[in-house]
Amino acid sequence: MATVTLTGIHKSYGKTEVIHGIDIDIADGELIVIVGPSGCGKSTLLRMVAGLETITSGDLLIDGARLNDAEPMDRNIAMVFQNYALYPHMSVADNMGYALKIARRPKGEIAERVQAAAKMLQLEPYLARKPRELSGGQRQRVAMGRAIVRDPAVFLFDEPLSNLDAKLRVQMRLEIKALQRKLGVTSLYVTHDQVEAMTLADRMIVMNAGVAEQIGTPLDVYERPATVFAAQFIGSPAMNVLPARAEGRVARLANGIGIETGTDASGDVLVGMRPEHMERDPDGPIALDIRMAEPLGANTLLHGSLAGIAQEIVVSLPGVHREDVMAGSARFRIAPEACHLFDAGTGRRL
Amino acid sequence: MAGMVEKRGLSHWLTHAGLILGVLVIFFPIWLAFVASTVSQQDIVRPPMPLLPGDQFFENYRRALVAGVNAPVAWMLFNSMVMAMGIAIGKIVISLLSAFAIVYFRFPGRMLFFWLIFLTLMLPVEVRIVPTYEVIAGFGMLNSYTGLILPLIASATATFLFRQFFLTIPDELAEAARVDGAGPMRFFVDILVPMSRTNIAALFVILFIYGWNQYLWPLLITTDPSMNTIVMGIKQMFPSGDDLADWPVIMATSILAMLPPVVVVIAMQKLFIRGLVDSEK
Repeated sequence: MATVTLTGIHKSYGKTEVIHGIDIDIADGELIVIVGPSGCGKSTLLRMVAGLETITSGDLLIDGARLNDAEPMDRNIAMVFQNYALYPHMSVADNMGYALKIARRPKGEIAERVQAAAKMLQLEPYLARKPRELSGGQRQRVAMGRAIVRDPAVFLFDEPLSNLDAKLRVQMRLEIKALQRKLGVTSLYVTHDQVEAMTLADRMIVMNAGVAEQIGTPLDVYERPATVFAAQFIGSPAMNVLPARAEGRVARLANGIGIETGTDASGDVLVGMRPEHMERDPDGPIALDIRMAEPLGANTLLHGSLAGIAQEIVVSLPGVHREDVMAGSARFRIAPEACHLFDAGTGRRL
Repeated sequence: MAGMVEKRGLSHWLTHAGLILGVLVIFFPIWLAFVASTVSQQDIVRPPMPLLPGDQFFENYRRALVAGVNAPVAWMLFNSMVMAMGIAIGKIVISLLSAFAIVYFRFPGRMLFFWLIFLTLMLPVEVRIVPTYEVIAGFGMLNSYTGLILPLIASATATFLFRQFFLTIPDELAEAARVDGAGPMRFFVDILVPMSRTNIAALFVILFIYGWNQYLWPLLITTDPSMNTIVMGIKQMFPSGDDLADWPVIMATSILAMLPPVVVVIAMQKLFIRGLVDSEK
């Protein structure tokens, strides 16, 4: 049980700055997901909290104590690694109890706590096995068990599900969420998968190139993305973003089409429209030349472009639409409140 | 695959005959040595050479073990055992530690030290034997176990091997141990050494035989017959000038000298193969 505070966290390797100042107050029991593309610095940020990377400048506080220079073991954290990092020569029970053994806890207590964690994770039949005798999902559970047994103040997850197959990933995602709720341990969770981020997070940090583009609840980020990057990174398929000129509440695209945006602005802007918010309307302003249709079952993705604009546009329609039926062109509209306007220069939301 | 097992017929028997013949050819000198160690001196010097064991087995081996020619063979076996074990264990301990230092610690001159160690690979014992002798003699270590073991105890090969192995261990394992609260030496003892045990077994076999078969170095620094090792001891048993060679005892000594390496290979092979079969990631 702990709060975590990051203030102005910077990280540089020599002269290359990779993290440009992250600030966040994490409440007790909150699950924060750090999400971003490869190389955005999300793992580095997590490793700085863990104590595996030094903090170049800024403060890390856990429960109000400044722990910038503390060894990982003195930070009362537990970490789950991407490749699980289980000790291959130790049994599952020894893997889970290793931290307690180092802390010189009595044998009885270690066995008891390992047993309790194993029960919670349905690992009891496997305690005597070696990690190599377990499936991917079971190894993942052991890695979690190793974290739980220590009863830490903070859990750190570094892309823990990325080595699992799709089905198992969904299952483990739910288990992690349920477990974290049950234990109420403050958690930081790094992933590049926006679905994981949306489903797990109490709040998420959308990171890009060492900068926190947005910190907010998943729905907040989805409904009111703070930057073009956050808008395109969260949501699938990605938001369509087109350059336009704003004239009051209307954004005029390069081909002269005006779209009502519900936001007062002027000058060069970027207008963002989520594929799933575009609706078919024979009188709509957006005329799409459909190039291809991808029926996914629950919905259909239409790929095409607007007359006079080279950029590809994606529209997601609910239900099945056959390509031959959709061939040619179709008209769409979008509700003004579903349009997002960004400054063309800074990429910030208007 | 089934064909390989069920294949019967001429080629099957020919293959086996060829293999058996090969075994016989290779085994024949050892057999001759064994036969020679069980007959009397007269039987050996009188042609033709006997091909079947005689009745002097216990007498010859008793004489070799207890009396020998210059020193009792039992004593030389003990010396060899001390030297071979000292070299094998010493080399493994030192190379494990130096590989650990080179892979897991950032210190100034890390790569320099690695290449220095690597360079010594190119200098066999024979090349540096005169200066080494000077040093050992200067320390007064002639005719001592320390003198036998110490100059041969550093191993670039083993250091290099462990380094390569440690590099294949994911960094996350070291990080997980750090998060679990294990200090560097704890990580080394609890994680790295157990994970290296198959490598250690393989190296032990190689290094034990290397130590056991040392000839030139013990020959140089042991003048006292009670410090002779068995491999050089056999050579020392050969007569100089007009002395008569006691062939049955020499052959018994040869057979005895062969046994410990064979035992080590057989004993460690099990561990070695088990380690290879359930390889761990």
